[in-house]
Amino acid sequence: MTVTAVRKDPEALTMTITAEFDTSPERVWKLWEDPRQLERWWGPPTYPATVDSHDLRPGGRVEYHMTGPEGDQPRGYWEIVEADAPHSLVFRDGFANDDGTPNTDLPVVTARVTIADLGSGRTRMSIESTFPSAEAMEQVLAMGVEEGLKQALGQIDAILAEDPVASR
Amino acid sequence: MDNALDIDRVFGALADATRRDIVRRAIGGQECVAELAGRYPMSFAAVQKHVAVLERAGLVTKQRMGRCKVVRTNSEGLRVARRLLDRYEELWRGRIDRMTELVTDTKEKDV
Repeated sequence: MTVTAVRKDPEALTMTITAEFDTSPERVWKLWEDPRQLERWWGPPTYPATVDSHDLRPGGRVEYHMTGPEGDQPRGYWEIVEADAPHSLVFRDGFANDDGTPNTDLPVVTARVTIADLGSGRTRMSIESTFPSAEAMEQVLAMGVEEGLKQALGQIDAILAEDPVASR
Repeated sequence: MDNALDIDRVFGALADATRRDIVRRAIGGQECVAELAGRYPMSFAAVQKHVAVLERAGLVTKQRMGRCKVVRTNSEGLRVARRLLDRYEELWRGRIDRMTELVTDTKEKDV
């Protein structure tokens, strides 16, 4: 396992995952910079990603779709906020509608990628994912279900309370 | 249940306003597909399709009661859905595993 640390901070609404690779920062950066490489790791094996457009400059966009086992094609996009090869990349990661426009019903997660040279041919990469608000995190936790459903969820809280993880 | 719940499938299922509305209405498990269909300005077949997408995502179940098929929100599905932060971690762990394979691969072959 190359993952060296995972930190979940519900107060700060972040999850940070840190990994180390036996290669250079430039090589790690290429995983993000080269759309063909990106396609090979972004989607899970059951939902391989296809990158439709890719501009990693600040203000640029990356658009992709994934293809599911039943031919369903969820779409997503990144809005690049900062890009400093091969050190850092900040982007807003959102879901898109079938026509490619941002799906505003689902929260946008900000991802901050930091790549550091550890020397001796090793590189550390951290990805900090930040949810825009506690509400958004709650929304993501409830898988993007809208406000009304959140209220309705109270009805099943009695069942959920049995599970310490789900009841938060 | 954990294995049955596919993160992308759930997101896909809930990305549609009609389907979210169906999930909300079906919490009490009071209505049949036909009754639900009457609530939306679309064909019966279209609503049936939405229900099928939710069913595949594990968010609702259908149960035959006489002549009608009652749609009920699967609280177990929602409970699992609430663990998204953990799934989010898993998602990234998977990505990093694939990244590791890629940088290892290309060291031996091209680049």
